[in-house]
Amino acid sequence: MAKQYETVIGLEVHIELSTKTKIFCGCSTAFGKEANTQVCPVCAGMPGALPVLNRQVLRSALAMGLALGCKVNQLCKFDRKNYFYPDNPQNYQISQLYLPICHDGALEIVGGFGKKQVRIHEMHMEEDAGKLIHDDWSDSSLADFNRSGVPLLEIVSEPDMRSAEEVTAYLEQLRKIAQYLGVSDCRLQEGSMRADVNLSVRELGSTEFGTRTEMKNLNSFKAIAHAIEGERERQIELLEEGKAVIQETRRWDDNKESSKPMRSKEDAKDYRYFPDPDLVPIRIPDAWIEEVRREQPEFAGQRAARYQQEYGFSAADAALLTEYKNLADIFEKAVQLAAPAKKAANWLTGETFRIARERGLALEKIALLPLDLVNFLAEVEKGNLNNQAAKKVFEAMLAENREPLVYMEEQQLRTVRDSGLLERIAQKVLEENPTAVKEFLDGKEKVFGFLVGNVMKEMRGKAAPDEVRAVLLEKLK
Amino acid sequence: MAERITMETIQNIGILAKLELSQEEAQKAREEMQKMLDYVEKLKELDTDNIEPMSHIFPVFNVFREDVVTNTNEREAMLANAPKEQDGQFVVPKTIGES
Repeated sequence: MAKQYETVIGLEVHIELSTKTKIFCGCSTAFGKEANTQVCPVCAGMPGALPVLNRQVLRSALAMGLALGCKVNQLCKFDRKNYFYPDNPQNYQISQLYLPICHDGALEIVGGFGKKQVRIHEMHMEEDAGKLIHDDWSDSSLADFNRSGVPLLEIVSEPDMRSAEEVTAYLEQLRKIAQYLGVSDCRLQEGSMRADVNLSVRELGSTEFGTRTEMKNLNSFKAIAHAIEGERERQIELLEEGKAVIQETRRWDDNKESSKPMRSKEDAKDYRYFPDPDLVPIRIPDAWIEEVRREQPEFAGQRAARYQQEYGFSAADAALLTEYKNLADIFEKAVQLAAPAKKAANWLTGETFRIARERGLALEKIALLPLDLVNFLAEVEKGNLNNQAAKKVFEAMLAENREPLVYMEEQQLRTVRDSGLLERIAQKVLEENPTAVKEFLDGKEKVFGFLVGNVMKEMRGKAAPDEVRAVLLEKLK
Repeated sequence: MAERITMETIQNIGILAKLELSQEEAQKAREEMQKMLDYVEKLKELDTDNIEPMSHIFPVFNVFREDVVTNTNEREAMLANAPKEQDGQFVVPKTIGES
């Protein structure tokens, strides 16, 4: 019988904090600005420049750490990680090795695999590097340091995950916590959340760990799932052939769907960490921890439980609605403005998720005005928008920030309530389709849909379907 | 006696620090580094059992700045000393895949 293998996975996740300024200087962190326009002597690594910690970074780190059930190192400090690379102008990265701000937490994940705790080894604060743009046609690269010094949290898990599904659940859970805290938007595609996967395999039942590899450059949940599957297969194949897995860092290539070892000198891992003499240590009094704890928001799980209770939603519906904090917030405000809860929730999940997927919108960035949603739902309720028209209006609200009442008039989507017109059109359609009418009267009920469709077409989609059906049935009697 | 600094150690440190040392320079560095280690060795004679490890040479803690943008675009000044510049960016040797 073939050997059974188990995959063992630990993650190093980097989360970019959404502070206004960088971690150690007053440069803006605004995204997408012209190269090197948000750079100063500190984040360009000029000699003699003096870094000073952004208070908000410490606060965000504490909030995140407490949300992960971590212990806080009440004396913590920064260290220099030394390496040479052109995106790192100081030739060291300011990070935390000896006394990271948080350690020993846990994150509960839920999925098809059941419920499990993933332990958090530690979490530390550090600075991001600059961005290099490589030119295919020359042997040089261009460096932009706008991102250099943007604050990051690195969250290191214990090797407690066993599948891509668990890894995805863990990342989604981290994203949700960070978004509810408002500390980061955690977008894998935009790099505000990055995950390095440490993976090894071992025979099922074994308690020893196999040799692990580290995989970098994973920019989507799909890439992560494929990389995990690919690396698992690669390692099992090596073991089956009696070869050893080499401990190395591998770079995932999304286009080739495969990974290859990164060029690394044997000494690359020797970062010669030492305490950063430019930054003074931080003493975190109990009072600060208590204050942050008091101000923790209601997280997704708690909110979902409340929705189940207050609105009678199913567990699945409540979970879906609280998946993105902004959508749950829109929901609550709309309900306060007297929107029907169930209908508001339906539009904010089903249709919203579909439109976001089709139009490539980021769900966490959807900023629908609650009042617009209330007005829109009222129009639907009054029967002024039929199903198709409603979808069109909602899409315009979501994707183009359109005001529903204005948009539906402008696009002439309001249901036409002219019974005389409907009568005339129904009559005309019946006269033009004698065969269909005969088939219907002979008991072929399917034809009815065809007749309704034709009336709708003549009414340019603006009739109320139930009215069309009623008028047709009346005439066919 | 502190651990001996070997020529191999010096070569390794040279690689890490991206320094090319001549034979004489390496020899001199080896001797000096050994002296530093011997000097630090003296500290081991002290009883440090109940002393908190020092994290900074000054007894100063908690220096922060507020999260307020104070810097403006200084691109020209930042690029003034760049050996080579192109489109407002620093031209650097091409390196892919290490990091």
